[in-house]
Amino acid sequence: MKVSKNTLRIAVALALLPHIYGQGRGGPPPTPKAAAPVDLTGYWVSVINEDWRFRMVPPAKGDYQSVPMNADGIKAADAWDPSKDEAAGEQCKYYGAAAIMRNPGILHITWQDDDTLRVEMDAGTQTRLLHFGNWKAPGGEPTWQGDSVAQWEMPRAGRGPGPPEKPKSGDLKAITTHMRAGYLRKNGVPYSANALLTEYYDVIQGVDGNPWLIVTGVVDDPTYLRTPFMTSSNFKKLPNGSEWDTTPCSARW
Amino acid sequence: MGYNSLFGEVVMEKRMTNNTALAVVSMALACGPAFAEMDLAGDWISYMHEDAMERGGGPFPVDYLGLPLNEQGRARALLYSASQIAMVERQCLYYTSVYLTGGPFGFKIWADTEPINGQTIALNISGTNDRAPIKIWMDGRPHPSKYAIHPIGGFATGIWEGDVLRVYMTHMKAGYLRRNGAPTSDQTTLTSHFIRHGDLLTVIAEIQDPVYLTEPIVISRNYRLGTNPIRPFDTPCIPGEEATRRPDTVPHYLPGKNPFIDEVSKLYNLPLEAVLGGAETLYPAYRKKLKPAYVPPEKCKSNCGYGGFTTGSSQ
Repeated sequence: MKVSKNTLRIAVALALLPHIYGQGRGGPPPTPKAAAPVDLTGYWVSVINEDWRFRMVPPAKGDYQSVPMNADGIKAADAWDPSKDEAAGEQCKYYGAAAIMRNPGILHITWQDDDTLRVEMDAGTQTRLLHFGNWKAPGGEPTWQGDSVAQWEMPRAGRGPGPPEKPKSGDLKAITTHMRAGYLRKNGVPYSANALLTEYYDVIQGVDGNPWLIVTGVVDDPTYLRTPFMTSSNFKKLPNGSEWDTTPCSARW
Repeated sequence: MGYNSLFGEVVMEKRMTNNTALAVVSMALACGPAFAEMDLAGDWISYMHEDAMERGGGPFPVDYLGLPLNEQGRARALLYSASQIAMVERQCLYYTSVYLTGGPFGFKIWADTEPINGQTIALNISGTNDRAPIKIWMDGRPHPSKYAIHPIGGFATGIWEGDVLRVYMTHMKAGYLRRNGAPTSDQTTLTSHFIRHGDLLTVIAEIQDPVYLTEPIVISRNYRLGTNPIRPFDTPCIPGEEATRRPDTVPHYLPGKNPFIDEVSKLYNLPLEAVLGGAETLYPAYRKKLKPAYVPPEKCKSNCGYGGFTTGSSQ
């Protein structure tokens, strides 16, 4: 059998394709940690350019600006009494997953293992676990931080020229359920145990080259909200954890 | 044409065919999975779940909470009187492109495309009945000289970073960060990131001003893709005489004479230092300073929200 040189060239090139493109079809998929299109790890401090009066200090009872509460939500918020929360041991109601990013504080994000991103917050000394893959919730009583299932969102591949590349952008999407009922604001603006939290974690480069983490959160709660409550919280990357300052939950501060 | 000539052409054609095949494979190798940009076109509804009062009804006359003003910025803000809006030459200063995220409105985004090859030349953000439309040049053109005119919409260029649109805007007119006189200079730059997640759009605006700010302000706003069309163009702020005033005066408060200086401080039990803004007040550590003296007002008495509101943009 006579094989032309050009045919050989094509065959060699085709044989090389899987090697050039990385894993090929037979290899195991990368772990979520290895596949991360963006580095979320490190210390991040919240910068309060927005909603200062509702975040840096506890607002007055009855101050509900911006929150699309329904009548039941307003009724529940009007009944807010921090002393009752303290008596019930529920000082952490404003530190649950649906509100924790609005608390001024520092996030410390690390990989707990190849499939679990660990998000610690010094405000209220809370820890969230964002689970990738086929993680199954353990069940049991709802918790402040609920059950979070995460996935990377990558930009769709295009047809541009050039060698294969890792995505230049991408984000983490997390969906959290099974939360213990809590507050969207320190002054008793409620969310119920039926609430569903959808979050997007995006990293951008600031003008000075310092990364910023933007956490966009959408709280769906038909029990107390007329429409989903959407906020985005901005965090600036810190070089280290020297400013980390854990504080306990407080129903009043 | 002789036999050899004809044969030669056939051989050439075959070689070309083989070379074409090789080229196809080479192209397949070269066309790696580069990552594509995101379609941002559509009508985006604004949700006022943050800073609703500042963006909607308007801020208190002296409320610079959350703004990293420097001494000059603070001093200039305190000189401001809202009666300046009666001055034709100052009437539209609220509505520079900073108002994109500082105001309450949604917007339409659409592309200008090159008619032959379909390449995007520019993206447009619709104006409101105050703010002029914004054109974001996507064709790689440079920003104009620093001596060039500052048009009402500024000058903006954009690039894709993966599926995130990064926009850099310069040449804005001097104006205001908030509708209470907190100032921006004509050296202000605005760097924005447009990030789409399904039908949710987050716009992150980083405002730098070497004249009046000690550090950038970072604001992020959220929008939902709507189905009701927003008009691509509206009438931007057009100054006109709306009040009788002496033509030789500029309404203002002299230093130390602003009558509203302690209004927010008294209403919300906040230290004046915080109300007047400053970089230190933006960070969690500042809460330690606030804590010893702060007592929340017993009950909200005005501007309480009553469950908040959502604003669509139908202009």
